[in-house]
Amino acid sequence: MVQFSMHNAWLVPLLPALSFIIIAFITKQWKKTSAILSVGSMAISCFIASLAAYGVFSNYTLTEEPMVYSVKWFSMAGLNIDVGVQLDPVSAMMMFMVTLVSTLIFIYSIGYMEGDQGYSVFFSYLSLFGASMLLLIISSNLLQMFVAWELVGLCSYLLIGFYSHKVTAREAAKKAFITCRVADFGLLLGLISLQLIFGTLDIVELSGKISNFEQYTSMGIMTIIAILIFIGPIGKSGQFPLHVWLPDAMEGPTPVSALIHAATMVVAGVYLIARTIFLFAEVPPVMDMVAAIGGFTALFAASIAITQRDMKRILAYSTISQIGYMMLALGLGSLTASMFHLWTHAFFKALMFLGAGSVLYALHHKGDIWKMGGLLRKMPVTGYTFMVGCLAISGVPPFSGFWSKDEILLTAFDSGHYILFTMAALTSFMTAFYMWRLFFLAFTGQAQHEVQVKESPRTMTLPLVVLAFFAAIAGLIGTPWAPIWQNWIFSVHPHHPQANTMIMLGSVVLALAGMYLAYNLYYLDRSKAERMAEKYSFFWALSYNKFYVDELYLWFTHTIVDGGARLFYLFDIYIVDGIIVNGIGSLTKSFGSRLRLVQTGSLQSYALVFFLGVLAVAVIMALTDPSMALGLMGGVE
Amino acid sequence: MPTPSITLEHYLILGAVLFGIGLFGVLTKKNAIAVLISIELMLCAVNINLLAFNKYITPEAFIGQIFAIFVITVAAAEVGVGLAIIIAIYRNRLNINLEDFDWLKW
Repeated sequence: MVQFSMHNAWLVPLLPALSFIIIAFITKQWKKTSAILSVGSMAISCFIASLAAYGVFSNYTLTEEPMVYSVKWFSMAGLNIDVGVQLDPVSAMMMFMVTLVSTLIFIYSIGYMEGDQGYSVFFSYLSLFGASMLLLIISSNLLQMFVAWELVGLCSYLLIGFYSHKVTAREAAKKAFITCRVADFGLLLGLISLQLIFGTLDIVELSGKISNFEQYTSMGIMTIIAILIFIGPIGKSGQFPLHVWLPDAMEGPTPVSALIHAATMVVAGVYLIARTIFLFAEVPPVMDMVAAIGGFTALFAASIAITQRDMKRILAYSTISQIGYMMLALGLGSLTASMFHLWTHAFFKALMFLGAGSVLYALHHKGDIWKMGGLLRKMPVTGYTFMVGCLAISGVPPFSGFWSKDEILLTAFDSGHYILFTMAALTSFMTAFYMWRLFFLAFTGQAQHEVQVKESPRTMTLPLVVLAFFAAIAGLIGTPWAPIWQNWIFSVHPHHPQANTMIMLGSVVLALAGMYLAYNLYYLDRSKAERMAEKYSFFWALSYNKFYVDELYLWFTHTIVDGGARLFYLFDIYIVDGIIVNGIGSLTKSFGSRLRLVQTGSLQSYALVFFLGVLAVAVIMALTDPSMALGLMGGVE
Repeated sequence: MPTPSITLEHYLILGAVLFGIGLFGVLTKKNAIAVLISIELMLCAVNINLLAFNKYITPEAFIGQIFAIFVITVAAAEVGVGLAIIIAIYRNRLNINLEDFDWLKW
């Protein structure tokens, strides 16, 4: 059974793809059937994926020596592209995590989307997304991966704009798609360069060739390629400066936010770098850049999240910040820490998004946390599971986030990048603060709303409980005392950082400090928070307005891009149309209008011109060629 | 005293004079009929040339004479068409003054 799963891992993306086709073309009318198909196919995929992952882990397959099987996709001169499956610890872990989280979120959607017009369509999109994401994960070829990469982008677009009657949803969908496209262009250029220089896009082959890339190209070119490839993840994973689409993407239905914009698709960027880590490892400056952008994004997004009012937006910024952590770890060369955080983050962030969805479901989709309050008593399952999520993300032991965050902090500290370490530690403090701010405002205190709140249906709370379970224990497989994870997922050598008690204690203290601050400001006396905001109104406004990045981009498009466009417009109107096109036209026209006066209509003047013409020809011939003159004279000697 | 004889040059001069008169008529006459007559004059001049060349340069062949006959035939046809056009114009305008025939004007 395990062997079968390992050798047929292509079934994992295929089943959701089939369910997409069946729902889209056959069962669209029958809502329940569609939902069951979608959930069922994903559950079977999850079963196969978990068996395959078990196989990979029990065989101790190495990341460097993955199990690959592929078939030819197309081939022409100098370009052979295979499609295939590459099973190694990283892809097996991702496959298991994605199918598990997807299954839970699909089940949740049954309740959440109840009564929606596009119920079946929603499930068909979800299935399509699942298929694309799993295809991306198992890809053995970077071009295959790129196709899947674009497919998940498409699904993201479709699902963000799912409530297409809302202008904001449509705008957000376009924003997400365009921002990601801009980034994907960089990725595409990088892939084309790889194909041109190394003649292959097969990941295993490429890793062999890149390890001695001097034979093919220079260090400078490699740096450029690595940067180009990194641009793709910057867009897809919402890293600064292309993070702007992710908070807006919260316009989509909440299960979508949980699945695509928290647990799976947005970490595709991290996954892509993890996949091509052999390339990045060759160019240390780009690695530093990845780490720096990750560290900065983590801090930047966290500092925005502390003042936001919309529940899902806070979670969105938190996602950006956590992905920043993963990038930071990757940039410091620790595949282990990065993937570990990806793993735990998927559970607790999906949990919190689904919790937020449950709250919004009860409050009729009003997401302002200042207008919630006191939900813990009325929605105990949602409330307590959300609390588990908050504990996990803040890094309170023994919840999962603590272990993975500790791993990252340790990596940063051991690598000697103390600035990045400080940023990460500060982010950790802020994370604890804004998460508990959210929790205290939404779930405790007086109710600020007038809605009759009741707990969500079973289909929604069940996934919450399961996810809460994973969010609590998922980190236990990677503790310093039992480093199972560290022995499974690594690049080149297993990574065993010495357990550093100082850092461990320090991160707990930071988390508790953040929690205590939030408790003080938002639980004991909320007016204190307002006074704080007034006191530091400059910083508050900066954070609340997201550092005006959106405004900056708008200004840029309105001034520079539109200005440039206007310049070109004028050039087009006055130079191209004015001088070249119309100029030549009117020149011809005026010349013609003069020339036509020659046409007098008088037959006799025409005849005169004919005659003069003949005469002129005769004279010219006579002058230029004497023998011709003789002929004209009658050919007489 | 040598008998004055008619040489090729004489014929050619006659042809040139006739052609010149015809051309002058074509260019200056107002009456369309007169223009047609002038054209005939020019054709006659050409015919004289053809025959003269035939006689003095290639007396053994008949090329010139055959050409002259062709020219006469074509001239007859041309006059037929020309007259038909003039009659049509006259029916339209009651006038065959060429100066008024400026319909091909711009």
